[in-house]
Amino acid sequence: MASITIRDVKKSYAKSQVVHGVDLDIASGEFVVILGPSGCGKSTLLRMIAGLEEISGGEIAIDGTVVNKLEPRERGCAMVFQNYALYPHMSVAQNIGYSLKVAGVPAAERTRRIQAVARTLELEHLLDRKPMALSGGQRQRVAMGRAMIREPKVFLFDEPLSNLDAKLRVQMRSEIRKLHRRLNATSVFVTHDQVEAMTLADRLVVMNGGRVEQVGTPGEIYNRPASRFVATFVGAPAMNILEGTVELDGISLLGGSRRLAVQRAGLAVGAQVAVGIRPEAVRLVAPGTAGALDATVDLVEELGAGRVIYVDLDGASFSVMTSEAVHPDPGSTVGLRFLLDDMHFFSSQTGTRLEVFKASVPEPAL
Amino acid sequence: MEKRVTFSSWTIGILFAVPQLLLIFTFFYWPAGQAVYWSLTLQQPWGGGNIWVGLDNFRSILSNADYWNSITASLVFAGISTGLAMFIALVLAALTDRQLAGSRFYRVVLIWPYGIAAPALAMAFRFILAPEAGFMAVVNQVWPGFWDPGLNGADAMASIIAAFSWKYIGYNFIFFLAAFQAIPRSLIEAAAMDGSGVVRRFWDIQFPLITPTIFFLLVINITESFQDSFGIVDIMTSGGPANATNLMVYKIYSDGFKGLDYSGAAAQSIILMVLIVVLTIFQFRFIERRVHYR
Repeated sequence: MASITIRDVKKSYAKSQVVHGVDLDIASGEFVVILGPSGCGKSTLLRMIAGLEEISGGEIAIDGTVVNKLEPRERGCAMVFQNYALYPHMSVAQNIGYSLKVAGVPAAERTRRIQAVARTLELEHLLDRKPMALSGGQRQRVAMGRAMIREPKVFLFDEPLSNLDAKLRVQMRSEIRKLHRRLNATSVFVTHDQVEAMTLADRLVVMNGGRVEQVGTPGEIYNRPASRFVATFVGAPAMNILEGTVELDGISLLGGSRRLAVQRAGLAVGAQVAVGIRPEAVRLVAPGTAGALDATVDLVEELGAGRVIYVDLDGASFSVMTSEAVHPDPGSTVGLRFLLDDMHFFSSQTGTRLEVFKASVPEPAL
Repeated sequence: MEKRVTFSSWTIGILFAVPQLLLIFTFFYWPAGQAVYWSLTLQQPWGGGNIWVGLDNFRSILSNADYWNSITASLVFAGISTGLAMFIALVLAALTDRQLAGSRFYRVVLIWPYGIAAPALAMAFRFILAPEAGFMAVVNQVWPGFWDPGLNGADAMASIIAAFSWKYIGYNFIFFLAAFQAIPRSLIEAAAMDGSGVVRRFWDIQFPLITPTIFFLLVINITESFQDSFGIVDIMTSGGPANATNLMVYKIYSDGFKGLDYSGAAAQSIILMVLIVVLTIFQFRFIERRVHYR
């Protein structure tokens, strides 16, 4: 078990910089997920921790030791690769035991430890097979076994579930979570899948364009996104964003075609803001209700437990998720109502979150 | 699903194959058949009839010490030149694959030698290895009489091996480099994470994964060393001194076209063909077992 300290880490290739000064502290035993769209530098950051990419600037320390110049094998990390990277010419047992063989562990002990790992991962009956003869999920487990057998200080996962089908992914997700609870090793998991990120993480790091946008528990990230990017990237369907201008007694939206009568709650008059409302926070009311916005229904997506209703708000598309038994017809008009408590405000210029006084304010008169 | 072109009519398929079949027949089966026929007869050097002699040509060749000497020389040549050409190419390709400084340079330059015709490169090597004026003259000045391919059979053999290997290093290099580059980067990285150093990774991961290429090149190099050596021998040593470099393929030419013993030469070419077939079968039977196809 080990803590990881990342200080102002940068990575640049010949022409472009891909990671712009990342700071991150990962506590011992913590499960941290790095989430971001492709090309945001999350895999590069992971590979720098592993020692597979050189660090262009800054410092990475594992357990207090700066590892910038250490070879991968000297860092005590094990990694699970996206394509599993199993050695095709070795059997499952040889794949799992390779690191022990390299380390010169005697054959008897090696066999014992391979057996133990195989038992945990339910791979015992496959030990003599070659990777070619395994299914995707089995290969995934062999890759996990190869990482586990070394009893590493740090587990690194580079999108390990993205090559699996949806059902297997859910299953492997909970297996990884269980495994972490048992081994309690510090883990860094990179993914672009937000469901994977939310379900696995003790703490979530959202990256975009080579920078960390926000670090927090999944709950914090979801409930108090620090930027417009985080707000729209996390959550499905994505958070609705309406551009507006703060006025004395409310907010004018969509270039003035709509008005929302809410208290300013600390926002400066005249400020350009992006108002965010999660689809699941919107209430459907009868059209024409005071304080609600009327909108035309475009499309209804049935999800079984609920439905997503896509509506048109003067040309801006807006989604509503509801579990109520309402089935508006496309083309009909509905009223949308939301509370100040459910609204997020972001600066239109910088995209950063604007704090408003919510707790002290009673539900505004709409 | 792989897309395949299929012909609705059988005759169209045959028609497309005809040009190739014609070429193979004209330039392989017909001459090979002719050689078999000649090897069983006694041909007149200036034409005008022949006599059926059965296997007499083979008997006389196989009882000739000169011929056995030629077989030995060919095997020595094939073994050493294949080994050298493959080993050096493997090392160069492994270094290039690691993207060491200058790898871009050799990737281009190492391909050129294969493009040079054997007689032309033999001419160049004849000058380079000349005992009185070339590069080896410097060595001879320090140790007089150390190097003389005109007098010493071993020196002559070393010369033709050097020339042949030099040409095939480039050829082997291309295949080895392609094989190395086909190994997913993540496998090497996984091995690095598993604690394996550069040399260990080479032996444990890269080498086993390029065994199909090694096997392919082994078959090709051995076959070519029996056949493609003709131009080099002809220009550099003409089979001498004292038959030390009289390889089987060169002996066929000198016996047939210089000695005008067409029947003996035809029999020798049949033996050479059989030898190559046997060696190739041997390689497939015993070496291919150690190959990991993915």
